[in-house]
Amino acid sequence: MAVLRRSLLAIGVALLGMAPTLTPAASSITVASTTSTEQSGLFGHLLPRFTGRTGIEVRVVALGTGQALDVGRRGDADVVFVHDRAAEEKFVAEGHGVNRVEVMYNDFVIAGPKSDPAKAAGSDILQALQRIAATEQPFISRGDRSGTHAAELRYWQAAGIDIADAGGDWYREIGQGMGPALNMASASNAYVLSDRGTWLSFKNRGELAILVEGDRRLFNQYGVMLVNPEKHPDVQATEGQAFIDWLVSDEGQQAIGDYRIDGQQLFFPNAGATQISQ
Amino acid sequence: MQSLGDAFSMLGALDHDVMAIAWLSLRVSLSAVLLGSLVAIPLGALLAIVTFPGRPLVVAVVNAFMGLPPVLVGLIVYLLLSRSGPLGALGLLFSPGAMIVAQTVLAIPLLAALTRQIVEDAHRELDEQLRSLRLDVWQRIRVLVFHLRFSLVVAVLAAFGRAISEVGAVLVVGGNIDGYTRTMTTAISLETQKGDLPLAIALGILLIAIVLVVNGTASAMRAYTMRLYP
Amino acid sequence: MTAGLQIVLRGLCFRPNGRTVLAGLDATITSPGITAIIGPNGAGKSVTLRMIDGLLQPDSGTVRFGPRPPESIRRSFVFQRPGLIRASVARNIALALLPLRLPRAEAERRVATALARVGLADRADDSAQKLSGGEQQRLALARVWVTDPELLLLDEPTASLDPGATEAIECLVHSMAKAGTKIVLVSHNIGQVARLARDVLVLCQGRVVEHGATGQILTMPRTPEARAFLKAEMPWQCFAAAS
Repeated sequence: MAVLRRSLLAIGVALLGMAPTLTPAASSITVASTTSTEQSGLFGHLLPRFTGRTGIEVRVVALGTGQALDVGRRGDADVVFVHDRAAEEKFVAEGHGVNRVEVMYNDFVIAGPKSDPAKAAGSDILQALQRIAATEQPFISRGDRSGTHAAELRYWQAAGIDIADAGGDWYREIGQGMGPALNMASASNAYVLSDRGTWLSFKNRGELAILVEGDRRLFNQYGVMLVNPEKHPDVQATEGQAFIDWLVSDEGQQAIGDYRIDGQQLFFPNAGATQISQ
Repeated sequence: MQSLGDAFSMLGALDHDVMAIAWLSLRVSLSAVLLGSLVAIPLGALLAIVTFPGRPLVVAVVNAFMGLPPVLVGLIVYLLLSRSGPLGALGLLFSPGAMIVAQTVLAIPLLAALTRQIVEDAHRELDEQLRSLRLDVWQRIRVLVFHLRFSLVVAVLAAFGRAISEVGAVLVVGGNIDGYTRTMTTAISLETQKGDLPLAIALGILLIAIVLVVNGTASAMRAYTMRLYP
Repeated sequence: MTAGLQIVLRGLCFRPNGRTVLAGLDATITSPGITAIIGPNGAGKSVTLRMIDGLLQPDSGTVRFGPRPPESIRRSFVFQRPGLIRASVARNIALALLPLRLPRAEAERRVATALARVGLADRADDSAQKLSGGEQQRLALARVWVTDPELLLLDEPTASLDPGATEAIECLVHSMAKAGTKIVLVSHNIGQVARLARDVLVLCQGRVVEHGATGQILTMPRTPEARAFLKAEMPWQCFAAAS
């Protein structure tokens, strides 16, 4: 019996000993960001450089833009790094964030079956959506309040299509991230709006291909902001600001521009083009 | 099928990152089950040996809570641990500590319900004996839990299986942060989203292997000690 | 030290779920040594024994021990089947010492002494489940012995044992009684009652129908109920009807 008791005790002690640190280390920040930046591998490329320079560890929670902003609103992140300008400006105006700066952009593409039954291919996003709607070809919508979802809704509106009224089963809101949306589109040969970064790093493409790209309206601006330390005293303001400053510095911008998948550049640094302060 | 073939070839080349993820999953789930056991086994045993009005209702509720949806537990723990929540000052959200808390909450009803059932059956046989020895309630619980340790190991393993295989709770409270709170299940979910199905399956096979090793080790220990005390 | 121990049962009634088990049972046990309780199945023997121990509470009536408060009496119970836990012989015995919160060394000493008294010293580290039925019941006796009880209640302790094992248990019970422990024994074994008991209570339908010295009860029962019971137990015996 002593054998069992001693081994159980040993296991317990070992577990407690190796129990993960319960509180984050002092010089680390939490960044609420989007699945597109995380899943494209951009953070894997940027963060080691930033940490190497400053010693500050960055922990990225990847969510939809809407959820990421909510995490910031609750004070559960130090920095928010997302891509929905209207929502970001509202976030700052409400006093949840300070000093939004633009960092980079990438672009959206419409992916769809290579056979293109809606004849959507081209470089005009609005025309492509009108044709998809007219032929009622299946379209997968994120439906998750993400930046991509917000952009998609703006495109439908601009195309003059009331998607809430569209009816039929061709328009499918799945309420999930970019990856699941691409997986579903691939499995059901549907059209889908995706950011280029996630598309490039997505491996299960099946019959899907890029059909619409290059429209200026498809440019997708990323902004970064510090969660307001006056509202949330636990925010690591100094470290968070250091991360933001680095992203827009020459070194950070260079690193963003350097990131490539299969030789293709995913994100285009454009810090300093415009800046909206609180 | 091709994914499956690729998955097996990937297992041969497990890199450091994957091992770190597996180790984190193991640490979080074992810690949660250990903490959960410390709370739930005495409580389940207590529920088995005391009678009070409303006991059947409590038993029914505990049994029903075995099926708590992990994502709901995750959400509640998230709201509790959020900086804006009542326990925000702990700064636990998006850390392995938060994942341990969530999985502990998941494990407790399962452990308590199974413990109650196991103890109740043995209690019928031993109740008079233990009361005649003038043991108080907590001494009786200690003795019964000790007496039933081999059966309770199975309950603990069931709780471990539930903890290490759930994704909903750890994803919400841990945030799936690369190198910090990414577990086997959130990694599988992420790789599936990225469309990297072979890697997702490889991770899944590794997860099953871990569960098998833990169960095998526990069963071997159980068999060894059971031979001493049949 | 137990010469003065009195067990006074007054008007014990027990009706679980409307079924009458005890119907106003009265008895006063003042004799030292071993008192046996006999009677047909369902007469209320085991229930009476449990009430003396405190394991069961009567619906009405009282269990008293002369002037002494019940909680001051060190009582122990041995059941027909020893309730053993999955552990070593020594650990099973140590269970009885848990409420006393003794220092470890003192507890181990007492366990060793008790094991030696029942002849199980060399089995201390064996699994209790590996013992034979007779050895398990000796273990049960050792377990009550460690607490040095004033009053020992035995509920058919040898009912499931063979004659050899029964004899060993009887020897131990006899020596415990000689050492001063008051013992109340419920038994179906009339021979055992004759060998061990100083006095006998005959129970029938939840009442004491007769209480007297063992020799008198077993040979000249006064009441028709006791006579009928003993006749059934010992068909070869002729009972003279006492006046």
